[in-house]
Amino acid sequence: MHELSIAQSILEIVKQSVTEKQQPDVKWVRIRVGQLSGVLPDSLDFCFSAIVSETSMSHAALAIEQVPTVSRCRKCGHRFQVEDMAFFCPMCQGTDLELISGKELEILEIELDDKENKKDNGL
Amino acid sequence: MSIITIERKVLEKNDRIAEKNRRLFSEHGVFVLNFVSSPGAGKTSILEKTFQQLGNAMKIAVIEGDVQTDLDSRRVASYGVPVVQIITMGACHLEAKFVRDAMKDLNIDEIDTLFIENVGNLVCPSNYDLGEAAKVVVVSTTEGDDKPLKYPGMFRNSSVLIINKIDLVPYVHCDLKLLEKNALQINPALKIFEISCFTGEGIPEWCSWLSKREIPKV
Repeated sequence: MHELSIAQSILEIVKQSVTEKQQPDVKWVRIRVGQLSGVLPDSLDFCFSAIVSETSMSHAALAIEQVPTVSRCRKCGHRFQVEDMAFFCPMCQGTDLELISGKELEILEIELDDKENKKDNGL
Repeated sequence: MSIITIERKVLEKNDRIAEKNRRLFSEHGVFVLNFVSSPGAGKTSILEKTFQQLGNAMKIAVIEGDVQTDLDSRRVASYGVPVVQIITMGACHLEAKFVRDAMKDLNIDEIDTLFIENVGNLVCPSNYDLGEAAKVVVVSTTEGDDKPLKYPGMFRNSSVLIINKIDLVPYVHCDLKLLEKNALQINPALKIFEISCFTGEGIPEWCSWLSKREIPKV
């Protein structure tokens, strides 16, 4: 269950990125999780809701974009999505592969539900 | 709605500390291996066999990570090897800051090889860089030949695979060739050793690799 410590790292970065006044407005935290990152999106989502529930950011939730494992063959240049963890080129069977995506574990952006905007919209 | 763009790595804090650890190790010429496996695969036994074989030829130190107890560090200390025990109190992996803090209790000038024995867990330690030169994943034949397929992340992120307890192959359902094929499918660059800590088979080959410090490129 290292998802809990990863959720804590996310919360820490969010706190550094918004002002204290903005904290209750945090609605979405957009993150990118690669297939090879070893992180289970559902567990991470669960852990994040649990740790924000007692804070001023209790409305915050994760929007998780999952990234497939994509490789490029250094021998024939073929670019392909790695299925079933089979790390060889489906074109030439080469095993010298460059990993293009799949290890991501990044915070992309934070979406705020601003009160001032709400007023402007007549909400 | 307004958007604040961040674009930061979630584990950047750990990665930064790991990079500092790596710099420290490289400045002092210390070769660092991070041992990962499921509980009971034989990490500590491999370390013991390594001390027996190389104890006088290398200046080895160990950082032991366990959820509870200092049983492993006592085993290591009985060989006269400097050891620091980290008890994670429930946490399932070691982080770079634990290693940084543990180094304060070791004299780095008197070490040329450092073994970090991670918490027994084939999932969580894979995300956390500690500043090591390479991860060594240990799997024992009693765990079955499908382990690499079930825990691909760890096998992908490791440079060396040690298959332990090969003396038990006649008694368990484990096809060594298939285990190796499964591991190489996930990581074709893996350097593989077949060993038995009970009979000592394969230990000289492992120790000879250790003396050369040749890490395969993933």
